[in-house]
Amino acid sequence: MVDDILQNKNNIKMQIKNLNFYYGTHQVLKNINLDIKSNIVTAIIGPSGCGKSTLIRSLNRMNDIITGIKIEGDILLDHKNIYDEDIDVVEIRRKIGMVFQRPNPFPKSIFENIAYGLKINNLTSNTRELKKQVETSLQNAALWEEVKDRLNTSALDLSGGQQQRLCIARALAVQPKVILFDEPCSSLDPIATSKIEELIQKLKEKYTIVIVTHNMQQAARVSEYTAFLMSGELIEFDITEKIFTNPTQKITEDYITGRFG
Amino acid sequence: MNKRKLKEKLAYLFLELMVLIILFSIGLMFYFIISRGIRIINWEFLTQMPRKAMTAGGIFPAILGTFYLTISTICFALPLGISAAIYLTEYATQNRLIRIVRVSINNLAGVPSVVFGLFGLAIFVKFLHFGVSILSGSLTLGVLILPIIIQTSEEALSAVPKSFREASLALGATKWQTIQKIVLPNSFSGILTGSIISIGRATGETAPILFTAVTFYTMRLPNSIFSEVMALPYHIYALMTEGTHPESQVPIAYGTALVLVFLVLGLNLIAIIWRNRFRRSKKW
Repeated sequence: MVDDILQNKNNIKMQIKNLNFYYGTHQVLKNINLDIKSNIVTAIIGPSGCGKSTLIRSLNRMNDIITGIKIEGDILLDHKNIYDEDIDVVEIRRKIGMVFQRPNPFPKSIFENIAYGLKINNLTSNTRELKKQVETSLQNAALWEEVKDRLNTSALDLSGGQQQRLCIARALAVQPKVILFDEPCSSLDPIATSKIEELIQKLKEKYTIVIVTHNMQQAARVSEYTAFLMSGELIEFDITEKIFTNPTQKITEDYITGRFG
Repeated sequence: MNKRKLKEKLAYLFLELMVLIILFSIGLMFYFIISRGIRIINWEFLTQMPRKAMTAGGIFPAILGTFYLTISTICFALPLGISAAIYLTEYATQNRLIRIVRVSINNLAGVPSVVFGLFGLAIFVKFLHFGVSILSGSLTLGVLILPIIIQTSEEALSAVPKSFREASLALGATKWQTIQKIVLPNSFSGILTGSIISIGRATGETAPILFTAVTFYTMRLPNSIFSEVMALPYHIYALMTEGTHPESQVPIAYGTALVLVFLVLGLNLIAIIWRNRFRRSKKW
């Protein structure tokens, strides 16, 4: 497996270069450098408040909607800086999908939740096409069988795990290249969590995936690469197996063995 | 009975008594208005012109005038107020200027309505030469209720969870698409309820239209927005303060009050029904 990963070495999808991030005068991220490779899962772990959510939200410019922030450095998607002036941030967010900490379906029907992204991005030309794409997205998120008979009922009637898979389907529908998961299982029970993890394993065949998690076992289970972040600094970034069995830094070892955090 | 339980019981009785006093006052008010007004109300009263220097006949021109004023006020105040609220909650960055705007709006809500009347007289009637007219009156009423519409709309907009906005933006929606398709539909009932209640307030106001829109008596029904009109609240005032036949004018005033109260209650009822209908379909 390690060989497979190394073969992909040159296949870099996103690149974070000298990233500094400030909330007002408080520096949250300090000179982060990180390569995110295609079609694998990159996990970001670290104690609460280490900046991992800020980091992942910088990748699709979701931090832009917060006032009083300052960001320095480059984040490249396919070798193009997504913070360049000529970049359309709306298009960036379509290409880099996001699944949030708490399932956040719209208070609409299951069908409309998926159709929303397709409609606003003009991705379908007619109703038949729309229906087909909604079905495909739900299938790809392993939700179709459970909801196919009640597409017109409210998405809020689904269970938490189903809602989160609906949010994944919704993200898939707009044909992203990268999908960011910001602690996607933090509000879910173990069974729903394992379904999401299975799904992530399947999705990496087609998409590049970044997942933030506070759950180290989860990082070990789902990811090929792991970044350990602490106090806004990238302490260590390596193949997941190595991080969890033979980390270079003492502090990484302390964290993964549960000595703090 | 120990002391703690006694205190509990006393507190409960006291609060219950207060509620009963309020209910009693409201009941009394309705009883007087209805019992004195109902005798005079009939089809003719609602559809005829006043006769014999307003000691007989109906109040049709006043009903029509109030109707026109209300409709025009809606036309001015709703688009303006709702747009301002959208700008303030969705677009404006939280800087000093925006804070000053917010504070000004809040203070505007506390300005006495007669001051708005004078403002309307100076600006709309005189300066802009709209004269004493439906236009001047409804603009003045619009300014009066703008702060209420903005405040309630802002509340309704802010009540839409941030996570909905984030989800929409993360899918590649523009800010405007997010507002239009996610934020507005989910705050619609709140905006509407606030608006209808504020319009009810405008309908019942006398002072703002006193110098800007109404006339004591006119034979002609309004034919354009530049016409001066009779209106229900001012009609009551006129009947009670002018004229020489109180014995026939006072009952007409009560009848007019009853019509006005039902009009405003009707508007509020619509707001309540609307809100409940939307609330049922909303679960977040």
